[in-house]
Amino acid sequence: MNGFVEALADGAVVAKRNLIKVKRVPDLIVFSTLSPIMFVLLFAYVFGSAIEIPGINYREFLMAGIFAQTVLFGATITGTGLAEDMQKGIIDRFRSLPIARSAVLIGRTTSDLVNNVIVIVVMSVTGLIVGWRIHSSFLEALAGFGLLLLFAYAVSWGMAVVGLAVRSPEVVNNASFIVIFPLTFIANTFVGTTNLPGPLKAFAEWNPISAVTQAARELFGNTSPQFPPPDVWPLKHSVVASVVWSVVILALFVPLAIRQYRKAVAR
Amino acid sequence: MSSPVLFAEGLRKRFGGYYALDGFDLSVPAGTVCGLLGPNGAGKTTVLRILSTLMRPDGGRATVAGYDVTRQAAEVRNNIGMIGQQSTVDDILTGRENLALWGRLYHLSAANAKRRADELLEQFGLNAAASKQVKYYSGGMRRRLDLASSFITAPRVMFLDEPTAGLDPRNRIEMWSAVRALAQAGTTVLLTTQLLDEADQLADQIVLMDGGREIASGTPDELKARTGGDWIDVTVRNIAQLPAAAGVMARAAGGKLQTAAGEHRISAAVADRAHALTDVTRALHDAGIDAEDVTLRRATLDEVFLLLTGKDAEEVEAV
Repeated sequence: MNGFVEALADGAVVAKRNLIKVKRVPDLIVFSTLSPIMFVLLFAYVFGSAIEIPGINYREFLMAGIFAQTVLFGATITGTGLAEDMQKGIIDRFRSLPIARSAVLIGRTTSDLVNNVIVIVVMSVTGLIVGWRIHSSFLEALAGFGLLLLFAYAVSWGMAVVGLAVRSPEVVNNASFIVIFPLTFIANTFVGTTNLPGPLKAFAEWNPISAVTQAARELFGNTSPQFPPPDVWPLKHSVVASVVWSVVILALFVPLAIRQYRKAVAR
Repeated sequence: MSSPVLFAEGLRKRFGGYYALDGFDLSVPAGTVCGLLGPNGAGKTTVLRILSTLMRPDGGRATVAGYDVTRQAAEVRNNIGMIGQQSTVDDILTGRENLALWGRLYHLSAANAKRRADELLEQFGLNAAASKQVKYYSGGMRRRLDLASSFITAPRVMFLDEPTAGLDPRNRIEMWSAVRALAQAGTTVLLTTQLLDEADQLADQIVLMDGGREIASGTPDELKARTGGDWIDVTVRNIAQLPAAAGVMARAAGGKLQTAAGEHRISAAVADRAHALTDVTRALHDAGIDAEDVTLRRATLDEVFLLLTGKDAEEVEAV
């Protein structure tokens, strides 16, 4: 237990290091908040002008989907950040320290979580400006944001494995784009899934991102009685499904990432 | 005699099909500087990584400060500091912030980490730049900050992987004096270098490596002595006379010859130091060869390397 507390404390130091970087290099924060603003505006006005969701303004339907997509892309920073530290030999230095094997990973994923919080705040404000409204209670809304962040945090650990294995920030970037882009589109993020062709439809319905999006939609009160989710378990019980997915991803990737870190040596 | 602070026996490490280390032994007494010298791919960095617990050996065993690097890795980490080939300090943090951050990672309290940072800035001559972001540091200052950041707990052993790579001569000399100061204060230093001059300047003991093995070791003077110790350099005025001069020197000096392409100079290992200078000068004069310069000197490590491996160190480096 003592070791775990120590790992958390060391993780906090590492997280602080990463966050100071964000603070001192303003370009970073400008660009990481500009793209979510751009996403909200593009989808709201471009898709919004063409897509009709019965019983609800498309902009309200949309926000949960964009949140889910953006925090997922936010989670990829974990991979690129670790790959960068690896390339620079910083991971080697960390590994020669008498600190827990998990500390650097805890620090990295935590600072990326904080980044995602900032991004969500910026997006929410943008969303509110273009007409998104929360129709639920404050606590439910908070739970909605919490769920999005929990899922992104879990994915961060997956990205950590990728970053430590691939060792090149550029490759991590490209690889994660190839995976996350379709993953966030073959889902209920921006459109209903009912009209998708067979295999895509099945994929979309069981896609964890659909569950997270549906859960956030419900917790924000952005659902429409005339547009119920498809009758599959993860979408009917989206909150539970989202938590289960997050826990499963963490259970799988936390040990994998630590194992990878243990072996990781810069070239 | 006390047991060595660094000890390795029969270390092996395999990468894919080849052995980066193939039966490597090492023994370094406390408070000394040991230089691992060799070309790229000789296995120097691999030795450092195994001893600093970054990598596990595939065979053999090693201890650092009495702790086994595989079975007691945590204890080893409590007793070492290391700097890699690349600088690991953060550009956007100031020197003091960098050191305070590393201090925290060595589990100092926030206040102690700050105090230690100030001590180290003083010790490594970085006081004036303490509050500047590292991106404004010179290469040498960065390197010294790296060194300081690995010296937070004043570890018994410091591993330095090519500590002066990429530094200009002035910064290199500054770095050397920082490393010397560490050793004088009792820290055992293991450094890798491709620079013969650096090993010569810093190391009490040099281990010459090639192909994952030690090919020679000893003090710089001992290693130089293994080539016969002394060399004579002759510079001819007219390059056309070079072959003739070579013939004369081979006979007069009695040792191995060395010439560099395009240069007017020939070097010959000298068997008999007492008579070499006069013998060679007289023989050149008798042969009618116009010598611009004749000097007697100790062998350089370049020559040692050439002699022991049959490879030219500079040539190998260039690959």
